[in-house]
Amino acid sequence: MSDAVKLFKAPIRLEYTIPAGRATSRFCRGLASGRLYGQRCPECKKVNVPPRGACPTCGVPTEEEVLLPDSGTITTFCIINIAFAAQALELPYACASILLDGADSTLFHLIQEVPVAEIRMGMRVRAVWAENKLASLEAIRHFKPTGEPDALASIEGHF
Amino acid sequence: MRDVAVISFSQLLVDKAEANDAELVMPVVREALGRAGLQKQDIGFTCSGSSDFLTGMPFSFVGALDAVGPWPPIEESHVEMDGAWALYEAWVRLQHGDIDTALVYAFGRSTLGPIEDILALQLDPYYEAPMWPDATSLAALQARALLDSGRLSDSDKKKATAEPPKIVDGAAAVVLASGDRARKLCSRPAFISGIDHRIESHLLGVRDLSHSVSTEIAAKHAGCFEKSPTFAELHAPYSAQELILCDALKLDKQVTINPSGGAQNNNAVMVAGLIRIGEAATRVSNREADCALAHASSGPCLQQNLICMLEARA
Repeated sequence: MSDAVKLFKAPIRLEYTIPAGRATSRFCRGLASGRLYGQRCPECKKVNVPPRGACPTCGVPTEEEVLLPDSGTITTFCIINIAFAAQALELPYACASILLDGADSTLFHLIQEVPVAEIRMGMRVRAVWAENKLASLEAIRHFKPTGEPDALASIEGHF
Repeated sequence: MRDVAVISFSQLLVDKAEANDAELVMPVVREALGRAGLQKQDIGFTCSGSSDFLTGMPFSFVGALDAVGPWPPIEESHVEMDGAWALYEAWVRLQHGDIDTALVYAFGRSTLGPIEDILALQLDPYYEAPMWPDATSLAALQARALLDSGRLSDSDKKKATAEPPKIVDGAAAVVLASGDRARKLCSRPAFISGIDHRIESHLLGVRDLSHSVSTEIAAKHAGCFEKSPTFAELHAPYSAQELILCDALKLDKQVTINPSGGAQNNNAVMVAGLIRIGEAATRVSNREADCALAHASSGPCLQQNLICMLEARA
């Protein structure tokens, strides 16, 4: 069929204003002041970060705020080698799940200031904070190695 | 068919939620489980209804699962529809016979985006959605069709309007249990004597908007016309739709319509239909009725309709 219409434009744009929620709002306000807050579950006592206001294991409200250090251990990571549309960083770079000291769930962030080939599970890392801290995870520019010995044993069960 | 009953219900409606989805869902899930005397590990199947279009976030229903604590992993499903259809799926799942309990919940933060435009995206994507007809204008087309049908009395003509409903955020949860388990957990379970849902064409132009044929067929298959409900909870965001539904359901003047206030003053999108079932079941359980009708709708101009008949049994 030579006259088949193969394409027409039907643009869709919707704007939303989304409250982050109570737990995420507290977490983001903490980030803006250079602090990382998790929440402890009243039942299983695990500390979840970032907190969502509910323990994903027990399904109960989590209210107790726990101030966490900005250091932790890499539980798993990936190296990005392929260019993509929204890419903001020079290739190759690495993202990692980081188990903050005192937390029971991991935080996702960038690992920089180290050749990607040296990044490994168990590596100790610390947050590098932005000078102008927004109320978002962008308040942390990235994590970098601390140079401490690896701590593979501390992340057992998290990879 | 296996006997299945609504044994508890909880709802939360707020003008504008500050909570995230999990925070919104958690109180109703906890209250519904608490009223049933159950804990999360007692639930055989969990099913939810919501729409990612309301929050503008993909997989928002996965985030809401934190509210039920899905670890160790649970048997779970989701419908991108009003929670009434999640209840239907849970009812079907209970018919398999290997589990006795199910948790159904619905949530919707309907106030985050332009709801009148968001609802346009459920229309036919080639001929209707690109025109962006807002939900209230479509409801007005339906009200006009009803007025022009010549079937309305003068007093009903005044009710055939398409005043936009008040949009709110909300969540609701229902616990279902089968047969003896329902009787053990609840002093007067609201048994589902019939439940059915039907859908009409995607294209508004091929439908007779002044009639709800899908409601009529669903009602027939749910056994509605052999029962005498005391109450009918109708999910009609627009008052003209209530007239169309009463007509399709052949409800006489003795039936009290929407004792809860209905969805016109509290339209929590994706939740309001499940609330109708919960409200009707509550009136059976607290002895206000021996039989009650609940209706849920989805899609533009009553495109899809679900009828759930609830009754007390000895």
